[in-house]
This record gives sequence, C-alpha cells and structure tokens, in this order.
Amino acid sequence: MTEMLESTKRTERLSVSKPRTRPLVTSLIMFGGIAALVLGIAISVSFGAADIYFTTVWEAIFSYNPELTQHQIIQEIRLPRILGGAMVGASFAVAGAIMQGMTRNPMADSGLLGLNAGAGFALALCFAFFPGMSFNLLILYSFLGAGAGAGLVFGISSLAKGGVTPVRLVLAGAAVSALLLALSEGVALYFRVGQDLAFWYAGGVSGTKWFQLKIMLPWVGGAIIGAMMLSRSITMLSLGEEVAVGLGQRTGLVKLAGTVIVLVLAGSAVAVVGSVGFIGLIIPHVTRFLVGVDYRSIIPCSAILGSLLVVFADLAARMVNAPVETPLGALIALIGVPFFLYLARKERREL
Amino acid sequence: MRRGVIVMTILGILIIGAFIVSMNTGYIRLSPVEVVKTLFGMGTDKQSLILFEFRLPRIVISVLIGAGLAVSGCILQGLSRNALADPGILGINAGAGLMVMLYISFYPTTSMRSIFLLPVLALIGSGLTAALIYVLSYKRNEGIAPTRLILTGIGVAAGISAAMIVLTLKLDPQKYQFMATWLAGSIWGSNWKFVLALLPWIVVLLPYVFYKAQVMNVLNLGENTATGLGTSVEKERLLLLAAAVGLAGSSVAVSGGIGFVGLIGPHLARRLVGPKHQLLLPASAMTGSLLVIVADTIGRWLMQPSEIPTGIVVAVIGAPYFLYLLTKMKA
Repeated sequence: MTEMLESTKRTERLSVSKPRTRPLVTSLIMFGGIAALVLGIAISVSFGAADIYFTTVWEAIFSYNPELTQHQIIQEIRLPRILGGAMVGASFAVAGAIMQGMTRNPMADSGLLGLNAGAGFALALCFAFFPGMSFNLLILYSFLGAGAGAGLVFGISSLAKGGVTPVRLVLAGAAVSALLLALSEGVALYFRVGQDLAFWYAGGVSGTKWFQLKIMLPWVGGAIIGAMMLSRSITMLSLGEEVAVGLGQRTGLVKLAGTVIVLVLAGSAVAVVGSVGFIGLIIPHVTRFLVGVDYRSIIPCSAILGSLLVVFADLAARMVNAPVETPLGALIALIGVPFFLYLARKERREL
Repeated sequence: MRRGVIVMTILGILIIGAFIVSMNTGYIRLSPVEVVKTLFGMGTDKQSLILFEFRLPRIVISVLIGAGLAVSGCILQGLSRNALADPGILGINAGAGLMVMLYISFYPTTSMRSIFLLPVLALIGSGLTAALIYVLSYKRNEGIAPTRLILTGIGVAAGISAAMIVLTLKLDPQKYQFMATWLAGSIWGSNWKFVLALLPWIVVLLPYVFYKAQVMNVLNLGENTATGLGTSVEKERLLLLAAAVGLAGSSVAVSGGIGFVGLIGPHLARRLVGPKHQLLLPASAMTGSLLVIVADTIGRWLMQPSEIPTGIVVAVIGAPYFLYLLTKMKA
C-alpha cells in the first residue's frame, strides 16, 4: 500500500518536473553528507595550532571542564568557528540555489550579483557611524545592505533595453560591487575603521563567537526551512515563468518570498564571515548535477554540500600555510574561478 | 575636423587648469601666484621642494597613466567592438598587479634598477593575462564572442585578486601596507624616477597607436571588409592588442589598481569627437589624463591631511557611468 503510494507520488513528480531526478542520490547525500560533515567538524576541531585528541574533543563537548586549556580552546575558539563555517556555507549555497532557480540564471551568486558588497557597505557604515553597535542590529543592517546591493543590480539590469539577461546581471554586479567596495574603502579610510573592515572583506570565520551564532541560527534556520517549503514552487519557476503560471502558481508571491529568504541568508552570512563569493555559484551546480532538477532535493543537498565545502576549505585554509591562516574567501575563489570560467564557456545549461 | 580641434583645445585648457589647481591642492596650500612664482624659480626653498619633488611628478604621472589607460581602453573597445571593454574589467590590470606583487614580495622596492624593472614586469604579467583570457574565451567555431570575453575577464580578475590576497599574507607589515595602498589604486610612485620609468613606454606606444588610427578605422568596418581593403587583420589586431597591453601594464605598474579610466575616457571622447580614430585616440588620451588629474586632486583635497586613493575616486565616478552605459547597450 505504502509502496503504491510512493510510486504514484513519484510518477506525479515525474510529470510535474523534468525527468532527471535522483531520489537515491539525494538520500545518499543527505545521510552521507551529514556523516561527512560530522567527521569534518571532528577533524577540524582537533586540528590546529595545538593538536588535540578526539577523546579530548569528545570530553570538551560533552563534559566540559573550564579549568583545562584544551577544553577552553575547543569550546571558545574552534567550535564556534567551525559551526559558523558550516552555517555560512549552507547559507551561501542555499541563497545561490534559490537565486539560480528563480532567475533561471546559471551565473547567479550572492557575490557576483552585488549582495555581498551591499552587505559589506552597510557594515562599513555601521562601523563608521555607530561603533559598538550590537550584533543583532548589525545583522539587520547587513540584510538591508544586501537588499540594496541586489536591488541596484537588478534595477539597473532591468532598465536596460532588452531586459535582464545573465550576462547583463554579471556585468552590473561587477560594477555595483566595484562601486560599493570603493565607497566602503573610502568610508573606512575616512573614519579609520579600516582594520575592522579588512577583517570582513578577507572573508574568514576565525573570529566567530558563540553569541553571533546564537543570533544567526534562528535567521538561517528559519530561512532554510522557508526555502524548503518554497522548493516546489521554485522548481516550477525554474521551468519558466509561463509554465509556473500555467500550473497555477502565484509567481509574484513566490519571488517575493524567495527574495526575502535570499537576502536573509546572504546578509547574515556576510555579517559573520564577510564576502565569500563563489560558494553560491558552485554548490548549486554541483548539486543539480548530482541530484537532478527538483529543488526539493537541491535545496537541502545544497545546504549540506555548502557546509561541507566551507568546513573543509577552512581546514585547508589553516593547513596550507600554517601557522598563518589563508583567507577563506581567497581559497574558495581559487576553486570557484575555474568553475565560473567553465560556465562562461558553456552555452546550454540545465536549471 | 574643426570640431575635433575645438574640442581638443578645450580639453587641453581644462587639463592645464586642472594641472594648476592640482598644484595648489594638498596639505600645504599654495596659492596660484605662489605656484607660478615657484615654477619660475622665485619661490622659497620649501615651496619649490613641495612643488618639484612631491606634486609635479605626481601630476605628470597622472597625466601619463590617464592617457595610457584611456588609449588602451580605446584600442580594446575598437578591437572587440564592445563598448564595455576596459583593461581593468578585462583583468589585464590584475595580471600586471600580480607580477608587481610577486616582485615586491621578494625584493625591496626602492632601488633604482627595480623601478625600471617594474613596468617590464607589469607588462609581462598583463601580457600573460591577456593571452590567458584570449585562450579561455576562444572557441573553435565562433572565435571570440565579446560577452564571453568580458565574462572570462571578470573571472580571471577574481582569481588573480584571490591569489594576491593569499600572497599579501606572506608580506612583512611594511610591504603589506605598501601593497594595500597599491591595490586601492593610489598613485604611489610620486617621484621623478617613476616618471622616467613610465615615460618611454608612453612616448613610444602612444604615437605608434595614433599612427595606426587609419588601420583601426578599417578594422572597425568588420573583418571581411578590412581584409577586402588589403589589411592583414590578424597581424594588425595582434600588434594593436600588444600596444594596448603595453600601455595598460606600464601604467598599472606605477598607479596600482585604477579601474574604469579605460572605460570612461574613450566613451567621453567618442561623444565629443565621434568615432574616427584619428581624433578619437588623442581625444581619449586627453579625457583620460583629465579624469585622473581631477580624481587625484579630489582624493587629496577631500579629507586632508590623509588621502583617498585615486582608484577609489575613479571607481566612484566610473562605476555609475559603466552602469549607465550598460542600460544603454543593446542585448
């Protein structure tokens, strides 16, 4: 009985979306990915300037003893940093997946489309005019900044003759980012907050604190749950606006909800680690390649793969040039750029 | 033609005006009278020190790199027949920057020999990057599509900046400070030695490009027409591209990451004198110079006693203009 139900469900799904969906791979990524994530976190926690045994890690987490330095290192420095990285990876990846699905634009990514630069500029203004602002407010302004950046990019591209095209978006994104970056640098120089900002732009998770995670968690968690609830509609949108309307979808509402989710995800991620580009570009493509075109699979799998990427990239960032840390953003860009170039060459894409 | 002469005369006057204002501006203000007096050797020692050792070389460099970058952009726009081409956006500046940075991280910057080596190194860097972008955006059956070229440029520039960030971390604090200013596009070589290092490149390449104006006009008619008119398209294209890379590379070596000059300069010039390269190229050089002098002066004047790097000022002016052009461009 349940089997029959499952199979009818599956045929239903097949008739709605494009045929390429891979439920098996999806569940494999979900479980395998989470297992790998846990393993990655464990390795990452034990590795560092002072190597710490797994048993100590276990003890530090489950029977914390504040008198021991090793426990303190784990609890106060490494754990928040690593969990923050995982959260940020999931945020950027899901934001990228939604943007790519909604806009049917294979180049969509919060870094390329001006969101990161917008959030960064908002943070620069906050540092300059309201030093010592609480992280709670900071993160809100970061959302607003991301929104402003994205608004500028999309607004300007849609003003152009012939409307929004992927190439035009990337070009507008590059120019808006250059402008906002220049303005941020100007503000930083004028108000002498350059060092605070430099930390942000380099894109690193090293300074992440528990309180930041606590503030971030509800936003990111809520947004990712929202994204999953929206995933069916995004699948339809990714088939084309006409198809979505034909299937009875209120596309305006879906797009609005999707945009809010993207802004919250990108904004909070930038507020914590600064501008890390290309995660939102690569991960959804890889995920789509693995699990197929259904966003009910793409969104959760993107979240997991995004977390994995950042956790392992952060681990690599600490190992490549130890004891100096390589900025996470730079490291991911070095992986992301070839991928971007590959996309720029490819003409037909499946979204 | 008459219009061209008038426009260029006006541009020339504006440049001289900006030149004079720029000489007055700075932490220590000099009045126009004092500037003129000092120029003719009648100022105090302090005044002539400020003027001749600090301000003049810097302004001369502004003029040179403005002309170099704008003409480079003009060539690139003509060759790619894409209105948005610019050595900065195409990643050529980034390539030059990476080489400069590699050199600086291994050797001290102050020695005389290294100053003359810098433009050469920057040139190698920008040449390699240009070649890389060309290869990456080339497709066998379609050649180079303009949009693919620009996208590839953006990607390569992003990759190079990432590599530069990684490299900056290995620098000692003093060099790091230098690199940070360099990246922001501050005219750092404000010293006659740098003028001397840059001058040969500009003096050789600019006249060469002006001399090729007619060829560029013909190339603009399209590949087939140009071949029909007896132009060896591939050879000319390569030579002009090399000149563009040379101009951009040597300028970037002393000015750092100043973007958008190569974009705006030629566009303004085209509005003023039209599409004929005999007028367009020199007019681009002039608008570029004017732009950089003005941006540099604003950067020095806006928040004294510290300075805003010229590159930031140019980006704040240039990015909106780029976006405006983007909305005007057909799909």
